Amino acid sequence: MADTSTQIQAGAPEASSGATGKGGKMANPMRGALSAMGSATEIAAILAVGVVVLAAWEFLPPALDVPRYIIPTFSDCMAEFGRMWQRDNLLYHFGSTLIASVIGFVLGGLLGAASGYLLGLSKLWERVLSPYILGLQIAPKVAFAPLFIMWFGYNSIPKLLVTVLVVFFPILVNVLQSMKTVDRDLVNLARVYSMSRLTIFRKIEVPSSLPNLFAGLRIGATLAVIGVTVGELVGGNTGLGFLITYGEGQANTAMVFNAIILLTVIGILLYFAVAAAEKRVLHYLVREEH
Amino acid sequence: MTSSLELSQITKVFTDKVGNTITAVQDMSFNVAAGELVAVVGPSGCGKSTILNMVSGLYAPTSGRVLIEGEEVHGTRPEVGFMLQKDLLLPWRSIVKNVEFGLEEKKMSRAERRERAMTELERMKLAEFAEHYPHQLSGGMRQRAALARTLVIEPDIILLDEPFSALDAQTKLVLQRHFARTIAEAGVTCVLITHDLNEAVIMADRVVVMSGRPGTVVDDFPIELANRTDPLARSLEPEAGVYVKRLFDTLHLENEAA
Repeated sequence: MADTSTQIQAGAPEASSGATGKGGKMANPMRGALSAMGSATEIAAILAVGVVVLAAWEFLPPALDVPRYIIPTFSDCMAEFGRMWQRDNLLYHFGSTLIASVIGFVLGGLLGAASGYLLGLSKLWERVLSPYILGLQIAPKVAFAPLFIMWFGYNSIPKLLVTVLVVFFPILVNVLQSMKTVDRDLVNLARVYSMSRLTIFRKIEVPSSLPNLFAGLRIGATLAVIGVTVGELVGGNTGLGFLITYGEGQANTAMVFNAIILLTVIGILLYFAVAAAEKRVLHYLVREEH
Repeated sequence: MTSSLELSQITKVFTDKVGNTITAVQDMSFNVAAGELVAVVGPSGCGKSTILNMVSGLYAPTSGRVLIEGEEVHGTRPEVGFMLQKDLLLPWRSIVKNVEFGLEEKKMSRAERRERAMTELERMKLAEFAEHYPHQLSGGMRQRAALARTLVIEPDIILLDEPFSALDAQTKLVLQRHFARTIAEAGVTCVLITHDLNEAVIMADRVVVMSGRPGTVVDDFPIELANRTDPLARSLEPEAGVYVKRLFDTLHLENEAA
């Protein structure tokens, strides 16, 4: 995609595409080979760093006489992982946290986007509500977790609510911002074509806002895991957050380590799911080649 | 398929948030005959674009009337097309879908819409780029796609607001000729807003000169050069220079430069 664009832009505006296409074909294999070489060394370097870190984790703590309950080694964690899988129903806790993250993210995202678009459509409501939105945005949402437990009890509702709340604001703010910065000339063009307010919203404003919406969703994806974790830390008896408090109570540091690693895995999965969706939806944006 | 345009004693006053008023255009009148191409030139900030927005019906004049084919303009109307310095192509739509954009409010089948858009793209020599996205095209090609989108609705009047000013010199020449031919073939009435005096002379049948703010008409004269469809040939005629000199003098550019 990027290659075709450079080919066309490089050619004079009136030049036949055949000539420019040919030039592009000649240049491409070389550039491809160079980038492949670059990425091969890069991958090797990335793997090497990983191996060094794992080796340091495995051998440094025993060498420095750091006890296992402070820093368990990599192999300790792997052994504990196997034990947790068999004895502590790890898959169940992992699945519980994963599902709560996804549901909280989707709900928070939908609510945030819907609110952003609604406020974007009404200047008056946006002005009236924006001081409160700012206030709520600054408030530490995770601090609401104990409150939600007091209200709804030790079930999955509090952790879902915290997640929805933390995901909601960055998406709302991003969408609202994009609605305020839609190109007025595009809107005027649509008006000259006698398009209704709703059609303009659907055909101009929503597509214009998609890059901002995805920026918000990416932030939301990483925050969702934090929301669920805090909800599980504060109360309940399921999920990786619960395993952290459980492991802490037993001075099982390896269990805490494993839970943190798995939480990170969930965060990465969510983030890459959003990034993949973004790449599909926003395929028309020019990407910088580095 | 062409209409006359009349601006009759137009005044437009803007009021900002603090209550200050700015008169953008004052008591301005000029006519454009059906099928005529009139260039409007003037110093920057003289309200050229304001005129365009009033003709397109985006906002109403504070006083005075805009008449299209003798009928007063109230709000936007489907027979007016407009084009700006920015191509205003929607980046998320392919070129052919961009051209179809203006047709989507008209009652016609999907197939007919596609057929009309493709015909227009063929005329602009862009048919092979129909499925490309705007970012894959050069500035000149994008502006041609924008003209295709403007003409596909078969407008009676098209309003061009400095459509060539963002292009490099060579692309500009090629595109001016392309536009001149296409507009003449379509036979539409055209208002070309420009700050390029040479462009005004080589492309227009008549030139309207505006003063600085508040904008009003200070000169209005026909360009009697042959070959309206070939701006390049026109620019080489000796009289073209005389017209440019006249514009130059009317706008007192010598004093400003000193």
